[in-house]
Amino acid sequence: MDDATLRKAVFDTLCRIAPEVSPGEIEPAVPLRDQIDLDSMDWLNFLVGLHARLGVDIPESDYRRLVTLDDLLAYLGAKLSG
Amino acid sequence: MIEFRLPSLGAEMDEGTLLEWKVQPGDVVRKGHVVAVVDTSKSAIDVEIWQEGTVWELALEPQQTVPVGTVMLRLLEAGETPGHAEAEKRRLAAEAGPAPAAAPSPAAPLAAAPAAPAVPDLRQRVSPAARKRAAELEVDVTRIAGTGPKGAVTLEDIEKAAAAARPAPKDRGLEMRRAIGAAMARSKREIPHYYLATEVPLARATAWLAARNEGRPVTGRVLMAVPMLKAVALALRRYPDLNGFYRDGAFVPGGGIHAGVAISLRQGGLIAPAIRDVDVMGLDDLMRALADLVARARALTLRSSEMSDATITVTNLGDQGVEVVHGVIYPPQVALVGFGKPTERPWVEDGKMVVAPVVTLTLAADHRASDGHRGALFLAEVARLLQTPERLDAAGQES
Repeated sequence: MDDATLRKAVFDTLCRIAPEVSPGEIEPAVPLRDQIDLDSMDWLNFLVGLHARLGVDIPESDYRRLVTLDDLLAYLGAKLSG
Repeated sequence: MIEFRLPSLGAEMDEGTLLEWKVQPGDVVRKGHVVAVVDTSKSAIDVEIWQEGTVWELALEPQQTVPVGTVMLRLLEAGETPGHAEAEKRRLAAEAGPAPAAAPSPAAPLAAAPAAPAVPDLRQRVSPAARKRAAELEVDVTRIAGTGPKGAVTLEDIEKAAAAARPAPKDRGLEMRRAIGAAMARSKREIPHYYLATEVPLARATAWLAARNEGRPVTGRVLMAVPMLKAVALALRRYPDLNGFYRDGAFVPGGGIHAGVAISLRQGGLIAPAIRDVDVMGLDDLMRALADLVARARALTLRSSEMSDATITVTNLGDQGVEVVHGVIYPPQVALVGFGKPTERPWVEDGKMVVAPVVTLTLAADHRASDGHRGALFLAEVARLLQTPERLDAAGQES
């Protein structure tokens, strides 16, 4: 999966949880949950959506590594190519 | 014949607008069957019926706005004939009738009899222009009282009827703000709140939950809010004076432990629909119920029982980063439990200082129903239950 496709999948999933967000406004290096009002239920639903779409199941112990959008894209990219 | 009335949809939500019927005359309904969708200031709500029978008569039209308690539909009971129901309906109407028999005037019985116009005109007069316009606007001319010559329905009558039938555009944000404001103003005006807070160590619960979630697919994981909710429900079994309603000058215990869960909506506003019988649910079931409730609250598709059944409210503002929440009780409930954000704090245990995840647990309770002493024991019980998280998991567990 190329970068653009992955990015689109992540944005689409995110927008289903937080419809008010426009992808262009997300700062890639600022903690995601500080920019978007995501509570723990939203976060879980986001991960459920990513799992359904990409087949990547992110274990709970990896949550702490996924702070910014860049972190998430890098993590998913590695999982998908690995 | 059973009259089904618009049920209460929560404090200060005293009217609803029928959006659509989900049943038709002749349908057989059972308890819990959704019969209609009603719009309130907070949400579109699926209205569930409590009785069994066969739908006989729908008493409202879509887009009608009526107060809570208005007859929505009438059911035939098992074996009942429409003729019997008709008689019953007339009897009920006569009982509820607006004509108290005080000081009857001699002319009254006669005057009351011919309710119809003196010269009933079988054919309704409608101008061709009005008829055409009525068709365009989908207005039923037979339901319009004409104001033209000899009671003719005029073009103007049609326009007025169409305007009346059209629901005013709703500003849901504003209406929800008002409904919340009204409920909270009533709470602060009527309920003598007392407030308590305690710190609860979560090291055991956190570790236990992490181990439980490990290796589970993302769809099978449980959030910390779930054991918290369960602990509150189990503690309420021992302190039932915090679970229920204050009505007509007295405390009425809840018929079960139904936790209203405060859910913030993305577009602003707040709703606190209930999960029923939380105390007998296993954590996986409770997680599913919570996820479903949050999703439906955000999509604004809740059920009437969820809007009116809560016997206590639990709010979890920890996700928004605050450490302490001082709740406002949702009337007619008598208590609100709040969880703040679990944070790493210094904690002394067995004479040793450690750093542990700790959450501030609060209670706002109604002094008319309980005292601070009881409230304190209740919070201590919630804290105690969270130290043995594995015991929260059993469905139907006795505390």
